[in-house]
Amino acid sequence: MTAVETTALSPGARTSGGGFDITRPIFYGFAALLCVLIVLPVSWLLYYSVVDRTGAFTLGNFGKLFSDPAFLDPLLTTFILSFSTGLICCVVAAPMGWLVARTNMPGGMLVRYLVTASFVTPPFLGAIAWELLAAPNSGLLNKFYRVVTNAPPDEHLFNIYSFTGLIFVIACYTFPYVFVLVANALDRIPGDLEDASSILGGRTWDTARKVTVPLVLPALLAGALVAFLQAMTLFGSPAILALPAGFHTMTTKIWSLFQYPPKPELAAAAALPLLVLTVILLRAEHMILGRRGYAVLGGKSGEPRLIKLGRWRWPALALCFAVLLNPIILPYGALLNAAVSPVASQPVTFATMTLHNIEWVFFELSTTRLAVWNTVILGVSTATIGTVLAVVIAYLTTRKAVRGYRILAFLATTPVAIPGIVLGVGLFLTYTQPPFVLYGTLWILLIAFVTISLPAAYQQLQSAVRAVHPEFEDASRILGATRLRALWQITAPLLRTSVIATWCFIFVGTIRELSAAIMLFTSETKVISVLIFDLNESGDLAAISVLGIMMLVITFAVVIAVNRIPGFGGMRLRNS
Amino acid sequence: MRDMKFSRRDVLKSSVAAAAFTTFASPIRAAAPEPTAITPALIAAARKEGKVVYYTSVDLPLAEKIARSFETKYPSITVRVERTGAERVFQRIGQEYASRINAVDVVNSSDAAHFVVWKRDGLLVPYVPEDVAKHYPTEHKDADGQFASFRVWLSVIAYNSSLVKAEDAPKSFADLLDPKWAGKMVKAHPGYSGTIMTATYQMSRDLGWPYFEKLARQRIMQVQSSADPPKKLALGERAVMVDGNEYNIFQLKESGQPVEPVYASEGSPLIIGPNGVFKNAPNPNAARLFQSYCFTPECQQLIIDTGGLRSVHPQTKEKAGRKAFKDIKTMKDNAAEVEKHGDDIKARYTQLFKV
Repeated sequence: MTAVETTALSPGARTSGGGFDITRPIFYGFAALLCVLIVLPVSWLLYYSVVDRTGAFTLGNFGKLFSDPAFLDPLLTTFILSFSTGLICCVVAAPMGWLVARTNMPGGMLVRYLVTASFVTPPFLGAIAWELLAAPNSGLLNKFYRVVTNAPPDEHLFNIYSFTGLIFVIACYTFPYVFVLVANALDRIPGDLEDASSILGGRTWDTARKVTVPLVLPALLAGALVAFLQAMTLFGSPAILALPAGFHTMTTKIWSLFQYPPKPELAAAAALPLLVLTVILLRAEHMILGRRGYAVLGGKSGEPRLIKLGRWRWPALALCFAVLLNPIILPYGALLNAAVSPVASQPVTFATMTLHNIEWVFFELSTTRLAVWNTVILGVSTATIGTVLAVVIAYLTTRKAVRGYRILAFLATTPVAIPGIVLGVGLFLTYTQPPFVLYGTLWILLIAFVTISLPAAYQQLQSAVRAVHPEFEDASRILGATRLRALWQITAPLLRTSVIATWCFIFVGTIRELSAAIMLFTSETKVISVLIFDLNESGDLAAISVLGIMMLVITFAVVIAVNRIPGFGGMRLRNS
Repeated sequence: MRDMKFSRRDVLKSSVAAAAFTTFASPIRAAAPEPTAITPALIAAARKEGKVVYYTSVDLPLAEKIARSFETKYPSITVRVERTGAERVFQRIGQEYASRINAVDVVNSSDAAHFVVWKRDGLLVPYVPEDVAKHYPTEHKDADGQFASFRVWLSVIAYNSSLVKAEDAPKSFADLLDPKWAGKMVKAHPGYSGTIMTATYQMSRDLGWPYFEKLARQRIMQVQSSADPPKKLALGERAVMVDGNEYNIFQLKESGQPVEPVYASEGSPLIIGPNGVFKNAPNPNAARLFQSYCFTPECQQLIIDTGGLRSVHPQTKEKAGRKAFKDIKTMKDNAAEVEKHGDDIKARYTQLFKV
């Protein structure tokens, strides 16, 4: 009966689907919303970059940008920094990915967990922890070195306030991107390709060299590009480590242009090279990974064969742990130590242990409550709104439910090309002047965080929607359900796991966001990451450690919750 | 979520309130109004508002201590401290006011030049606490009653006494150019800190920019806040600090850390940190009560004893063991000149020190 009605009421059911089809208004609504989210800030950015103080057209901003050493040096620094980081990440992460995915090395799961942990650690927190560890004179590692070698007080093993120090710290929190891409690719390589090589007489290492490596190379290259991008657009770590060493990167330079007296037009011009480079690199990445399906052509294939390491099993594990010391074990140790130590960079003993810092942060510091509250509100609302947006867009585009779905897909993935600090500048320019004055409210931060998290959320949910075959929905609709009812009763339950996972993914990403937040916060809308950055500038390392540990606890609670959801193993990284 | 929902209406509300206020406000160039005592009526009105927002650049733990002492004295009025470097405070207020956000009630800046600007722009309300009217010297209060010197201190050289012997320690700014200090000094930034902005003005005036050119070649560790170099000394991260808060050095030294101040033979930069109430303060009564409290002998003695600051309130006593203020050779402060040359100083500094 219902089926007859449906058909009777809507002659164009084939294209518009359902008695009351709201997909079309939803489509227009979402397209408009995404346009506002993305087009508005980017337009203001472009506009500001080509006008002078009086609003007259000029190319002078770019002229200054490419002639003044105060801008050229950071540009060059950033380039070398990103390139080195990309390279180091590959050198470190590729062998680790291989060991975990393709060999019988023990503890593979643990290694994967620890890599996930380094991925979710906010890079700026890692940078501060490394100040505690490797500041040339007060760093714990350097103190240890002097005690062991009896070296004079001036001598040091590491100097974290240096260009190499900065590269090291950024690599620590960037290599997981490469690791995951490589390990995923290796997991997917069918065993029979390698079997074929063995049958034809190839020895283990020949097979690895001639079959496995070429198959995983695209993923590695893509990883290198992602690492390059990450290093290029990161703000926190350079602000913490490069400024004391006396140099700027592009992100810190852009930020400094917003300090008093602010020069928004120069900041806008300086932001554009980052934007252009990001777009180019993402195109390159797309080209490399565009054909990534070829490795699994040929239908069902055998389990990947594990290479037997023999007596190298344990040294291999030791190697992995030696790497993981740097992003996780040492920094977390240093933060814990500083949280309960009277002097941040002195090893704590039972006699000197104190709860003063914890007490101070939670009972004396009057911004703690506000910042935690804002962070939680923003985390929850960004994750909720972002997930809803992503799931609807993923559905509309995957099912090709409306004409023009490609535009929607394009708009949803575009923000990936906008570095956080660039988006921050764009949003600042957009929402501090009429008609939309959102500066000073949590809305502007919400817009920033939703925009930043949308691409990754969309991509995760798109593959999840794809995995649900439309025949389930078709069956439901043949039995008389409207499109919405079919969605609610059939598709939604099947997507539940991925939706929850995406929600958590956005939540974790939001509470650690710094580079856009630092441009957009006001005193009433401070978040924990900004508070930590503030405290770092006045040298309150103990308070940072307490707040940082609290942040990590929240993060890991969420990550562990995700991992307990069946069918979802570990956080997925942006992976296109 | 509630915050977000009401924020726009709040903006609207506060601009209405602002309009109401300006109607009754006295013209900018009026003489100082009659002093105001802390009356039960003022306390009751402040209680009704229940909170006060204090933007300050004083070192955070001290700022929170001042806030807690106010809350103890006037229960049910909470103080929220918004602390960052004075130059950031200045930019933040400018940005917030440009977007019609009236969040700040009372401000304290370590760059007295900021008060020249805020007064010129008509942002401050004339309000004279009783203590200021009765006890404060003329040169430490605004003629129109818009601000007064809440705190006074110095930017000093200092060293870590377990890394440097007293006889080897630098005695003057000139000593810091000795190659033996290369790579061993830490210094704060005038683009962030009002203390350092003021100090950089006085030093560039008295010692000349060539001094900074030479200093920049000493491989300085550049931090932001003037509260940070003392902390870096205490950690043992650097042996000597070029500039930074005398009051942090006192705090650290008196808690047993191995730090020692040096009063440079050329004179130590003198820093004045006034307090003022904003005309568009969202909590106008609590703001006034807090402003009055800040200048009481009680609060002034607190910032001396636990803070290590100096006070110009004649009823306060200096703490034993610290060098008396009158015995120290200081450079001369000049807020008007800092206001005039501030941007230029920042630009030149950035050029020399690269950040």
